[in-house]
Amino acid sequence: MADLNTAETPFDFVTASYLTRIGNQSAGTLAELLTGLEHCSDASIFHHTFQTLGTHHFLTEGFSNDFAQWVLASTNRNDLAEQLTALDIRDYMSIAALRSDLCRVVRDFCDAEPQFAAQSGLERFYFCESVEVTVPLGRSTRNLDEFREGLEHLSHASFYFHFISSRLRLQLQTNDFSLWLSGSLGLRTLADSVNQIDIYTNTLDSARTKMLRLIDRERRKA
Amino acid sequence: MSEVLTASRIPLENYAEVVGAGEIEELRALAKPLRGRSIEMINSTAVGGGVAEILNRLVPLAEELDLGIRWDVMKGAEEFFDVTKSFHNALHGEPYHAKPKDFEIFLSYNEQNRATLPLDAEFVVIHDPQPAALIDARKPSSNHWVWRCHIDLSHPNRAVWDFLEKFVTRYDGAMFSSPEFSRQLSIPQYLFYPAIDPLSEKNCPLDSEFIEQVLRRYQIDPQRPILTQISRFDRLKDPVGVIRAYRIVKRYFDCQLVLAGGSASDDPEGALVLKDVLRAAEQDPDIKILELPAWAPLEVNALQRASTIVVQKSLREGFGLTVSEALWKKKPVVASAVGGIPSQIIHKHTGLLAHSVEGTAYQIRFLLSHPQIAAKLGENGHEHVKENFLITQKLKRYLALFLMLDRGL
Repeated sequence: MADLNTAETPFDFVTASYLTRIGNQSAGTLAELLTGLEHCSDASIFHHTFQTLGTHHFLTEGFSNDFAQWVLASTNRNDLAEQLTALDIRDYMSIAALRSDLCRVVRDFCDAEPQFAAQSGLERFYFCESVEVTVPLGRSTRNLDEFREGLEHLSHASFYFHFISSRLRLQLQTNDFSLWLSGSLGLRTLADSVNQIDIYTNTLDSARTKMLRLIDRERRKA
Repeated sequence: MSEVLTASRIPLENYAEVVGAGEIEELRALAKPLRGRSIEMINSTAVGGGVAEILNRLVPLAEELDLGIRWDVMKGAEEFFDVTKSFHNALHGEPYHAKPKDFEIFLSYNEQNRATLPLDAEFVVIHDPQPAALIDARKPSSNHWVWRCHIDLSHPNRAVWDFLEKFVTRYDGAMFSSPEFSRQLSIPQYLFYPAIDPLSEKNCPLDSEFIEQVLRRYQIDPQRPILTQISRFDRLKDPVGVIRAYRIVKRYFDCQLVLAGGSASDDPEGALVLKDVLRAAEQDPDIKILELPAWAPLEVNALQRASTIVVQKSLREGFGLTVSEALWKKKPVVASAVGGIPSQIIHKHTGLLAHSVEGTAYQIRFLLSHPQIAAKLGENGHEHVKENFLITQKLKRYLALFLMLDRGL
């Protein structure tokens, strides 16, 4: 059992920078989108779902992934866009499972509405991939005070890396912060509360503010 | 060979006020493993044009991060730049019958530059087609070479592209401003957005007094809605189409239109377009056609800040950084869905896209009727630019690229 005040394993803040690699696939219709979804790389699915949540974090209304946005803006299929928007990356522990659901939703729509499946969209959808490059920030924390200090000054990319991207990397339904708060500081309730912060309806800044508030509440208890 | 001395240094720390201290710390962390490593940027002009403008800002910032960066400009005579100008237009899809002599001239100047440029940096970044054949100087597995293409290659002239492709595919990677501009290549391709500098004269905050002064100078009424398009007088920017859209809007709103761009006096085609624009304006006192001296960055800045809505109704576009400039100023933007504009305008989130004169007019009317939505789009647009289209983000992308190449990812 970890000491509540000082962790044996420190939390090492890392930052990540993402390069977007342009793939050789694109789609002009919903049928082509389905083909693309079936054949694109895992890195591409990651890019258009997880990564876009970081780069477009300031959009908290109706924007959860690139596929949904393209379906809405380019093909004007609100019904399909809504179904794609409703997929929550926190429900998935693997890209394969997420891809399977994306394909199922688009396939069901194309089967039910074949007249729309071949209709050309206004713009093409280009499948891209994310290449993640990480470097340590050189900031290590062992207690809640230091952790709070580090969290407060993190860049968006670093916050995104630990709070969102980590869910997939660890194949867990949690994130780096919650994992450490629970596993190393023994603060399970705080870890759960942090994990419950809605990444779809918050910006990265507002998610961080909520997290800081939760930490402050925990510190007041001590 | 000429090493370019960059001007107007702005310390990296000054950007912390704009992007946050965390972002600057992150840049320093990303640069740390690259400290002292050599980087050479090569393009074909030291002044004028977007590439030189970006390098002028980027290189001093990279130096501040202790990177061994230098910027060299290739040399060429008129015959070389005539050929490369033709290549440029042909790559944009204009008709062109390339003669064998053109390719010889291109190769000859690249060879001359190979003899004088150092080309021994660990990371060599070649900008655009002009110096593309410098890759011949690369020693096997010695260093990393990447090609940054700033132009739209979606519909290139076959002969010119076939010639260039042989060089391009020998690089470690190619970078494009939009996925739409890229080609099917055997080497990895990366998305590298152009960027604006939030601290430059064109984008820095301005006193309201100065803005009012600019409006007074051009007899623009600050009390009525102002629609603005900033662009040179070029048919592809469709200034006459903007006037047609304005006339539709004018039926419903007592608005003004500002069309501002660089002087057309030294550009024969621009002068013809300007003539058409003046004719289309029919001496409407609410249409202000402004020929600004050398783009007058502070005035452009003031006009954008004073605008109710910024329009960019291009028929074709490279990236269209004037859109990012307007979004940075939290302005609602109505723009055509061409070139790199859809990367900047996420429809209904960071602005509104249109596909016709009527569509442009409709979106403008919608925003004038819904100022709260217009304000929200402007706010989102500002955040979008902050996250993706600032010079600091561009620097970060380069650092990530060099780290990625270094680590063999």
